[in-house]
Amino acid sequence: MKENQRKKLILERFHYSQDQVIDKPFNWQQMWRLLEYVKPYAKNLLPLSFLTVLISTAIRLLIPILIGVYTLDKAIIEKDTTLLIQLVFIISGLYIVSYVVNALRIRWMNQLGQNVIYDLRKHLFTHVQSLSHRFFDQRSAGSILVRIMNDINSLQELFTSGVINLLTDFLLLFATIFILFSLNAKLTIAIMVILPIMFFISTSLRKKIRLSWQEVRSIQSKMNSHLNESIQGIRVTQTFTQENENTQFFKALNYDNLQRWKLAVRKNAMFGPLVEMTNAVGTVILIWYGAVLVANGECTIGEFVSFAFYLGMFWEPISRLGQLYNQLLIGMASSERIFEFLDERPIVKEAAKPLELSSIKGQIEFEEVEFSYDATRKALNGVSFSIQAGETVALVGHTGSGKTTIANLVSRFYDATRGVVKIDGHSIRELSIASLRSQISVVLQETFIFSGTIMENIRFGNPDASDEDVMAAAKAVGADSFITQLANGYHTEVEERGNVLSVGERQLLSFARALLADPKILILDEATASIDTETEVKIQQALKTLLKGRTAIMIAHRLSTIREADKIIVLDHGHILEQGNHDTLMAKQGVYYGLVKAQYKMLGAV
Amino acid sequence: MSVFKKLRSFYFPYRRDFIWSMLFLIIVAGITVVYPVILQMTIDEVVLGGQYNWVPWISLGFISVMAVKGLSTFIQHYLADMFGIKSVYSLRNALYEKLQRQSFSYYDNAKTGDLMSRLTADVEGFRFFVSFGFSEVLRFIIVVGASLCVMFYYSVSLTFVTIAALPFISVVVYKFDKSVHPAFRGIRESFGRLNTKVQENISGIHTVKALSKEKVEIERFNKSNQDYRTKQLFTASIWSKYFPLMELIGNISVVALLAFGGYKVINGSLKPGELVAFYSLIWYILWPIMNLGFTINMFSQAKASGERLLEVLEAKEAIIDEETIRQSEKVVGHVVFRDVTFRYQTEKTAALKQINFDVPPGSTIGLIGATGSGKTSVIQLLSRFYDPTEGDILIDDRLIKEYSLKTLRSQIGVVLQETFLFSSTIKANISYGRPEATMEEIIDAAIRADAHEFIMELPGGYNTMLGERGMGLSGGQKQRIAIARAICTNPAILILDDATSAVDMETEFQIQKALQEVMKGRTTFIIAHRISSLQHADEILVLDNGSIIERGTHDELLAGNGAYRRIYNIQYQDHEAIMQKAVR
Repeated sequence: MKENQRKKLILERFHYSQDQVIDKPFNWQQMWRLLEYVKPYAKNLLPLSFLTVLISTAIRLLIPILIGVYTLDKAIIEKDTTLLIQLVFIISGLYIVSYVVNALRIRWMNQLGQNVIYDLRKHLFTHVQSLSHRFFDQRSAGSILVRIMNDINSLQELFTSGVINLLTDFLLLFATIFILFSLNAKLTIAIMVILPIMFFISTSLRKKIRLSWQEVRSIQSKMNSHLNESIQGIRVTQTFTQENENTQFFKALNYDNLQRWKLAVRKNAMFGPLVEMTNAVGTVILIWYGAVLVANGECTIGEFVSFAFYLGMFWEPISRLGQLYNQLLIGMASSERIFEFLDERPIVKEAAKPLELSSIKGQIEFEEVEFSYDATRKALNGVSFSIQAGETVALVGHTGSGKTTIANLVSRFYDATRGVVKIDGHSIRELSIASLRSQISVVLQETFIFSGTIMENIRFGNPDASDEDVMAAAKAVGADSFITQLANGYHTEVEERGNVLSVGERQLLSFARALLADPKILILDEATASIDTETEVKIQQALKTLLKGRTAIMIAHRLSTIREADKIIVLDHGHILEQGNHDTLMAKQGVYYGLVKAQYKMLGAV
Repeated sequence: MSVFKKLRSFYFPYRRDFIWSMLFLIIVAGITVVYPVILQMTIDEVVLGGQYNWVPWISLGFISVMAVKGLSTFIQHYLADMFGIKSVYSLRNALYEKLQRQSFSYYDNAKTGDLMSRLTADVEGFRFFVSFGFSEVLRFIIVVGASLCVMFYYSVSLTFVTIAALPFISVVVYKFDKSVHPAFRGIRESFGRLNTKVQENISGIHTVKALSKEKVEIERFNKSNQDYRTKQLFTASIWSKYFPLMELIGNISVVALLAFGGYKVINGSLKPGELVAFYSLIWYILWPIMNLGFTINMFSQAKASGERLLEVLEAKEAIIDEETIRQSEKVVGHVVFRDVTFRYQTEKTAALKQINFDVPPGSTIGLIGATGSGKTSVIQLLSRFYDPTEGDILIDDRLIKEYSLKTLRSQIGVVLQETFLFSSTIKANISYGRPEATMEEIIDAAIRADAHEFIMELPGGYNTMLGERGMGLSGGQKQRIAIARAICTNPAILILDDATSAVDMETEFQIQKALQEVMKGRTTFIIAHRISSLQHADEILVLDNGSIIERGTHDELLAGNGAYRRIYNIQYQDHEAIMQKAVR
């Protein structure tokens, strides 16, 4: 019994999100919105593609008649050699036209589709860049990535071939039926029996097959999530000797996958044979009833042969329409997710007539500022203070006291719920966001490293900087020595997940980045992560260089930095408890005094 | 072929599926060729010959033949798929087990992305080949062969006229395949780059916005986006160049067939029905040839995939249980390093040189030193994630090789520098090392790691999900869960590798207090940069470049005026400053 319970725990030990692709019903409004992206091509690529498709379809429809009715009936059976030669030339000519048209068709249709996809992805990405912090707070990076990459790609097929094929296939279908009718009405009606069956197979059965593949894919994505995690967490697993238990978990998942896969395969394998059987029924009708008609003289051999060819053509447009129907359902789900993002508005909005400040002094003022991330909890509650240009201010308080919120409001990553934040006497809402942020540099606790060289990473702070500027900035913050020790110096390739750089070295890089941007206001979230003492000394020296002549807001933990600040603001639950410099606050023997004493106790167990 | 031979154990057990699928394939391919023959008979015998009494028989024959074909197709397809997915099932299990057991040195050199692509794309390539590779070849031979036979039976000269186009089409197919596969690879690579670009942008969006570099980012994105479109259109242009050409050559064959066949019918040496049958048969030959490139490509891809899979499966496990391992037993925790030297495979210089120490059971040892000084190597050797190059490591006076890995590691609780939590509940994460732990034991571990309080404040308590779809915890919270996870296994030896790095000083103080309790009765290794974390250790080792440069208690080392004293001075300048103020 105990063993069973243990097994159950092991089988349930990991949980992964399953991205269920749910079908969305067809939605005209959404379809129109998607078609907006085709509009720029409505005068060139769209009609051109359509024309080529039209011509190639017409030729395809014409040739069976030429071969059946004319070549076979009129030339071969009537033994007319000249007509045969003429027809051979006509058919050859048509095939050559069809060759040229097809080459153009493939080219133009792809251009149309790829351009639409390109535009859509560009629009989405650009839009996402404009969204505020809150948008990114609410979502994982993975879920945003999936929309920009996979959801848009799933529309690719729809735009490359779908839109045009929709028109052509209907045309092809009706033209085929029309031609058949004009050849022989009775035989056509008899053969049309198979149409509804084909439609059914192509839409309903295909949908069922697709749904069971979706189940397979969703369990496979679960399996991949686990594989990824198990590789990344292998050190933990081996440390805790859970290799056998994890293998047990994986085997169960793999078995589950096998079972669902079997089901999907069974349905899938039915598709082809059913289609063929339906075709066979059509052929039997053709043979049986056609023979009767030929015997009665109501149908010629050529017509009979043409029918055999056209019968084969029936399936193609129906099959494609069924496929398109399924694509549309997937497309609806994808486009709904894409439009959901496009409908998001940035919460931090540019003013109607934004004020461009070419250079600021760096004086900051908070007047009765309130802010809440969500309805239940206020992060700042009526905070007022002012910072003179060139001053260094340390924010002190527990996690959640509002330190980071203040820093975020200065950069206008969020807007204050109430009250005003002013820079140089202007409310920051009046300033253009770009001009505001270009004057402010934020050094975050976790430095993000973009893939590229070290040179490029530092230059991220100021794209116009020359190589010499970059190196000068690195030297000024003391990063030069470790960079030059790397194999390729400033041209060493680095990446976020890479382990070329230690935490401290990353911090120095972001200092160099900030220095290069040459901001008037500097916001520093002091790292607490473990850095060896040598690097820590370097960072403290770099800070001194960086702070010269700038207004600085520091979220500080180290007593040495706090102590040297011009002003210390002690926060608790969104309120300012105390402000003043180190000496005055110590003399006051209030909250700050208590905090210092606590640290003292911790350090001072000598 | 040796690749497939080596992978034999994964597919051979399911050979019955394969054999049956092949038998049904022969039926399917044979019947395919029957269709034009029936068409020919209908036209020549029934319609032209007036044998209308044949109609029911031909129809009936046709429909039953088609029914047999339908059923055979289904069985063939189903069994071929089964053969593939069952093989992949056993292959996946084997790969996973192998990877679970690979040692750290393997993972030092392996990239997650590369391993993942082997586990997904290469496994899929292998499956596709197992399912369809052989059957495609067989189908090709049967259909093309049978069609040619029927054609030759009808008319030798007409057959030669129609297949005259084959050499041309083969050349075009060859050229097409040569250029289209690199183009497809180009698309995949470009998509990968675009994906990386977007992912990086979103992960680093706070940095982008902080430096207001959205425009730069959009430009960089556009470059990748444009490249992706260019690669797609390039592939389309190859397609548009060759594909219509293949069709044209096929169509020229059809015209030749029509001209020469029509002539033969007119002069009476061919029946009209036979001409019509030719019209179908010619495509039975042309289509498979157009597809041949695809089949050949599949072969070479599958071979490459198989090789990459074998690399994983055949990689040597550096650390395995010795044959003479002892039975599992509880250890007391007496750790001895005797002249231990260690060098990582990829590095030239030794990470540890002649390390000696003796840690009595229940005592605490501190390791301090700059990044890369060898602190982490010491504890990785103790858990036997690597074997030392020279020297011996003993626990309770026995070489650690004499214990089974399971016994050894379950006696050692480790809190690693980088906290890795799994996508699961907090409860399952804490009990990761001992899945059978009761709720009381889990809570007890959490309380001792000072994690219980914040866990109870979370909306889901101990059932709160962590990881990809879970709550975002702060670095300090994650680390406390990792400490609880280590305590939960009740180890004799506890290793704290920079365990309190991500927390601020006050939280560290609290955790330290909690740890004092936990460390009681256990041999503890503390790796830290902050002197405050390890000052109470019974012995502190100061490491530099793999050697112990100083050792002793906190007080002894302070008196020594060496490296330790220097670190102390830097870290305690704050403290002294405050002391001065207090004095004043």
